[in-house]
Amino acid sequence: MHMLNFTLKQLAAELAAKRVSSVEVTEFFLKRINGLGKTLNAFISVDDERSLAAARSADVVLAKGGAGPLTGIPFAHKDIFCAQGWRTTCASKILSNFVAPYDAHVIAQFNRAGAVIAGKTNMDEFAMGSSNETSYYGPVKNPWDTAAVPGGSSGGSAAAVAARLVPAATGTDTGGSIRQPAALSGVCGLKPTYGVVSRYGMIAFASSLDQAGPFAKTAEDLALMMNAMAGHDARDSTSLEREPEDYARDLPLSIHGLRIGLPAEFFAAGMAPDVARAVDQAVAEFRKLGCETVEVSLPNMKLSVPVYYVLAPAEASSNLSRFDGVRYGYRAPEYTDLADMYSKTRAQGFGAEVKRRILIGTYVLSHGYYDAYYLKAQKLRRLIAQDFVEAFKKCDVIMGPTTPTTAFNLGEKAGDPVQMYLSDIYTIAVNLAGLPGMSIPCGFGREKKGEGSALPLNPSDHPVGLQIIGNYFDEAKMLNVAHQYQQATDWHMRMPPGIA
Amino acid sequence: MALTLDDVKRIAQLARIEVAPAEAGEVLSRMTGIFRLIEEMQAVDTTGVAPMSHAQDVMQRLRDDVVTESDRHVLFQSIAPQVEADLYLVPKVIE
Repeated sequence: MHMLNFTLKQLAAELAAKRVSSVEVTEFFLKRINGLGKTLNAFISVDDERSLAAARSADVVLAKGGAGPLTGIPFAHKDIFCAQGWRTTCASKILSNFVAPYDAHVIAQFNRAGAVIAGKTNMDEFAMGSSNETSYYGPVKNPWDTAAVPGGSSGGSAAAVAARLVPAATGTDTGGSIRQPAALSGVCGLKPTYGVVSRYGMIAFASSLDQAGPFAKTAEDLALMMNAMAGHDARDSTSLEREPEDYARDLPLSIHGLRIGLPAEFFAAGMAPDVARAVDQAVAEFRKLGCETVEVSLPNMKLSVPVYYVLAPAEASSNLSRFDGVRYGYRAPEYTDLADMYSKTRAQGFGAEVKRRILIGTYVLSHGYYDAYYLKAQKLRRLIAQDFVEAFKKCDVIMGPTTPTTAFNLGEKAGDPVQMYLSDIYTIAVNLAGLPGMSIPCGFGREKKGEGSALPLNPSDHPVGLQIIGNYFDEAKMLNVAHQYQQATDWHMRMPPGIA
Repeated sequence: MALTLDDVKRIAQLARIEVAPAEAGEVLSRMTGIFRLIEEMQAVDTTGVAPMSHAQDVMQRLRDDVVTESDRHVLFQSIAPQVEADLYLVPKVIE
């Protein structure tokens, strides 16, 4: 039990000192995954034997003294990453029988680092959702309050880290799918600059926006994972050729004199009072650490949701055309001809939200509508990105809330797509601009029914996330900023009540 | 712009997703709500703005024209719904 709340760094030290073996660590977490993990529905696939075999191999490496910082540590991966021999479903019926014949780049990098795959986590179907309720395998429950959503689309990964089912996990973020569940589940999550982590083997949703990133308890752990995940990969044509960097290099630096940009639009009406209170307190803490705050403006941010719901569905309608029942995945049992086989396979294989987005994407790309929707959205995307360029002339990082409210209840928004889309109001612009963004725990609010924003806070309240947005390739600086905050506060080490 | 049931049928056909007549009304009403949100874009003048298709304006890399992949069709076809003589089987297209 002593390793329940250990960071990656602490686990690596235990393994290196031979106080514990990788098999023991893996067994410890698998037991949690197969117990509490089932209650939360956080995982889609678990394979104890396969995980333990990897742990035994890691123990051999550890015994020889060739271990790295991640060797022998179990990680959960979002079920969007292909992992050879593992069923990889993207939480869709259409891939419910798909066993990946190869490894995604991210998976290969973790394997190379000697890490253990602890299982594949639940998610919104094809990463389309903000609550993990569109999964074919059912919703994930928030470990802080099982009546609430964990956020999405990487809801299983966020819940798994929050409930200490694994020390850390991976996710992907197209419009907020790492940061939003990190905020609602009370863990740290980082979406890197577009192009820093290879998308090879990561099932595509909206290719110009999709980016993989880590979930962990601390900024320092995120840095250690980034060191394994980032880097050029020729198999992804948008993977950037850059010198490798150590994302942990700046962690100890003082942030005295750091200029924090606070966008007026982030603090306008729409943010719940309990979220505002926690974010304001976090900003005050940064001032105590010697940071300055400056007001910045992102005037076009309000358009990011409509722009996103043109661009992302358009790209999705193209990417998801590959699921046709011919080469892999589900095929409808009965059909009359080829066209009927395609139409029935896709009608039966995709869930309602995925179909909705494919239809929207097909429409905005169809003859006669391209200029009015797709091209218009691309022009607005430029304006949104330029707002950030202007803002970063005045500040080093931008801060604000990750989400307008804390975790909402299961079923609360499931019937209203537009309300669900608006829960990503603070995160989407970052993807459109291609910037790095992260969310770290900064306090608790109270969103439970009938209690409003009543204070004082108690441990069963819902977590609040602070969003930190950096300029292009400033991940190391953002991690430094978050790490310094985590040296002065302990929100990030709080655990949901009753999970031990 | 108001979407109609005919639009839903046409898009469903283009997208190769069967929409049963009983579901079409529901699909139409959800899509109409989403397009109401999307229409907010039209409020901003974008004359003279260059479209942004990608976050990083980088050139596509070129590589030497050499074989880099090995033949793994047996593995890849092992997960296909229907295969015969190394070929994927689909319903007959030509009578």
